Amino acid sequence: MNRLRALVALAAVVVALVLQVSLFPHLAWQGIVPNLCLLVVVAAALTIDAPSALLLGFAAGVALDLAPPADHVAGRWALALTVVAFLAARVRQDVRPTAVAVVGTVAAASFIGTSIFALTGLLLGDAWSVAELLRVIVVAVVWDVLLTPFVLPPLMKLFGRLDPRWASA
Amino acid sequence: MADTRERRWRGLDRLDARNRPPRSLFVALLLASVTLITLDYHGGPDSAMEPARRAVGEAFGPVESVTATVVRPFTSVPSWLRSQGALSDEIRDLQAENSALRNEVATAGFDRNRLESYDGLTQAAQDLGQALVPARVVAVGPSQSFSNTVTIDAGSQAGIGPDMTVVNNDGLVGRVLRVTRSTATVLLVTDTESIVGGRVGSSMEIGFVHGRGSLADDGGLDLRLVDDAVVPAEHDTVVTWGSTSGPYERGVPIGEVTEVYSSLLETSQRAVIKPFVNFSALDVVGVMVPTGTTSDRAVVEADGALR
Repeated sequence: MNRLRALVALAAVVVALVLQVSLFPHLAWQGIVPNLCLLVVVAAALTIDAPSALLLGFAAGVALDLAPPADHVAGRWALALTVVAFLAARVRQDVRPTAVAVVGTVAAASFIGTSIFALTGLLLGDAWSVAELLRVIVVAVVWDVLLTPFVLPPLMKLFGRLDPRWASA
Repeated sequence: MADTRERRWRGLDRLDARNRPPRSLFVALLLASVTLITLDYHGGPDSAMEPARRAVGEAFGPVESVTATVVRPFTSVPSWLRSQGALSDEIRDLQAENSALRNEVATAGFDRNRLESYDGLTQAAQDLGQALVPARVVAVGPSQSFSNTVTIDAGSQAGIGPDMTVVNNDGLVGRVLRVTRSTATVLLVTDTESIVGGRVGSSMEIGFVHGRGSLADDGGLDLRLVDDAVVPAEHDTVVTWGSTSGPYERGVPIGEVTEVYSSLLETSQRAVIKPFVNFSALDVVGVMVPTGTTSDRAVVEADGALR
């Protein structure tokens, strides 16, 4: 069961990543696309047990860092998505999260995740103005929140079904 | 009453303990991320992450190609609605012809100057016309990653290698960063890391074209001329300067000068260049390869013939 769960979670990350780089650029606004990998990580952190969610966040980040056409310093998305998974797992409630709570968590996760990525870039010497960074981050948050109603419920249902403890609850 | 509250709190405590992410694992993963960053950052072009990138690319590349192929008919639906069947074909042909003519006009000054300078460059003229490996863009890096890169569906099997020049029928697109068997990652000239040696067509002055990281139509590129006494004129065409060892081939049109800034503080002139290529709608591109390259697909030779 555990192995199956890991496989399904990784498959969700792969599908999200491929859609993010191959489908959504056709709909992108100035190249900014919804971060589907981040949505998968948040959905997992809100549903499955925290250690698995942390590992999934790290794995999704490494995939984003290494899959073509990525060319930034590897490890930056891994760091950002690990933190996102940690925070989302911390804020999750004991009851089934309400719609507003989920949207709020996604918005916060998107803002924090993209910001961490941008900040590591600044630390490593990227020449970007703060205004530019903020513009990209805000548009990214809007994209992620817009997609939340379509992506999060099915993902959380999927993860919930795979986790026997939560399925029975 | 107090009893129930007590029980509920206890229940919460239990749940909370179960939900609380383990700090040790979190710290371990953070350290792992930082290790990856350090390895990749200090390794540079031959970092320990390159084999990993290649392995992941071999796995993801074909999946991205297939997805792009599946998605393509749907993304072209709007153009069918605007112009049905034959009209759409006609417009595409006219656009291709238009950009070919525009290229000719744009490089006319450069070509004339090159012939006039007569410094042996004419001897290389037959090499200038290069063979092209056609490819399509199958994946685009998100702007959230703050880099402008795309994946194309041709790799080492198609005869493509790192540092080759990528063009489309409007002008310079970028250069190949790394290849897998069936895909290649291309750094667009709009990326902030991209620096291209450029030459102003009318004056033959050389400079460097820097990307600004923007895919927007009004994004533009920066040109800094080496000789600060020369002021590039508006609408001057900038082409690649090219060198035998550098990544970019010579004489590929990049864009035209739209604005010129000069300040006392800066040592060189700065001009804004509007690229000829529309980077937000990249599709078919060509990779410049030496003539006679063996490829898994038809190669467009310098004289326009397919081989």
